[in-house]
Amino acid sequence: MKITRRQLLILLPAAAVAWESVLAGTPEASPNYALTEHWWGMLVDISKCIGCGNCVRACATENDVPEGYFRTWVERYHVNDTDLFDPVVDSPNGGKDGFPPILDRGGRNFFVPKMCNHCADSPCTQVCPVGATFITPDGVVLVDKTYCVGCRYCIQACPYGCRFLNPKTHTAEKCTLCYHRITKGLTTACCEACPTGARQLADLKNPNDPIHAFLKTHTVQVLKPYMATGAKLFYNDLDGSVR
Amino acid sequence: MSKPKLKDYEHLLRVALVFAIGAIVFVLVRAVLVPRSFGEYGHYRGNAIAEIAAKTPVFAGHQVCETCHTDVATMKNAGKHVTVNCEACHGALANHADDPVTIQPPKLDTAILCVHCHEVNGARPADFPQIVAEEHSAGLPCETCHQPHSPLPVIGAGGKP
Repeated sequence: MKITRRQLLILLPAAAVAWESVLAGTPEASPNYALTEHWWGMLVDISKCIGCGNCVRACATENDVPEGYFRTWVERYHVNDTDLFDPVVDSPNGGKDGFPPILDRGGRNFFVPKMCNHCADSPCTQVCPVGATFITPDGVVLVDKTYCVGCRYCIQACPYGCRFLNPKTHTAEKCTLCYHRITKGLTTACCEACPTGARQLADLKNPNDPIHAFLKTHTVQVLKPYMATGAKLFYNDLDGSVR
Repeated sequence: MSKPKLKDYEHLLRVALVFAIGAIVFVLVRAVLVPRSFGEYGHYRGNAIAEIAAKTPVFAGHQVCETCHTDVATMKNAGKHVTVNCEACHGALANHADDPVTIQPPKLDTAILCVHCHEVNGARPADFPQIVAEEHSAGLPCETCHQPHSPLPVIGAGGKP
């Protein structure tokens, strides 16, 4: 095939446009979703959690979480009356199969669902050396799988133990707050599956979100507030022994 | 005839030229290797947000279920199970919502399902209804007496509501 100078001059701009679109990458997935109009968090009401494990199972189904790893899990606390700050904690298979019944040991017994706190000043994003993990403008901490090199710094940095290395992809993995759902107007899989409403997705920038009415009448707490991570996983009825 | 000797500043020019070429190559290679969306919102690839958001949901969400199953939704929302969403018991069914005819959800076994929440456990809130399954129903499936979508009041043993 022979290309004349005239043909080449016509082809060059077309090639440039094509190359430009390759560099630009994929377009916006949810065109009606405005990143700047949301600030996501979650409310966990411990007084409503029954430890059924529905959230753990739903999360695994929705997000293909490998067996033995957890993006969310449930812990059972036993706090003795005489030793308030040394609780006994168990979480068999992350609470995925429920909890065996406990004999009455006295003290206080309760469940604590856990997951990524989607911190506003997250330690995990600060230590990432390649810009693979980040907080989105709407307040969700995510991992870019194509950029993650699997160095595990973020896994060590997370004060809440919410990250793991996916054994298949060898990239860091964590709760995405079901980003593919909340950007489509759905709630997260764990909230959808929670039978008692112990978990509530909260949009702090939405004045009509029920979280605002709840916060007016309840005292909520975050885990490890002294670490100043700006955690957005708010717990109602949180016991002081919970770590 | 010997080569003419370079003047001092010509040495500097050559070094400068090497640096200039190096800088141009660096800028060009960087422009190709770094994705255009990197730095759009911060020190990360902006397109990663849209890529993660593009995943297809597996749980349809109760709003979708209630568009067809209005009778069940009405019964459930009037009863004790008002806070329990459809897929909490029936499992993830976005595929059924997309294709309601060919994809049918599996029949549930209430003997396994109900005890997930209602088997007695000392860590459950005291006001939450709990039973010891073995003593409670003598092996009978729960729906013998309870309509799962509205579990109270108890219906006649062995009968339907």
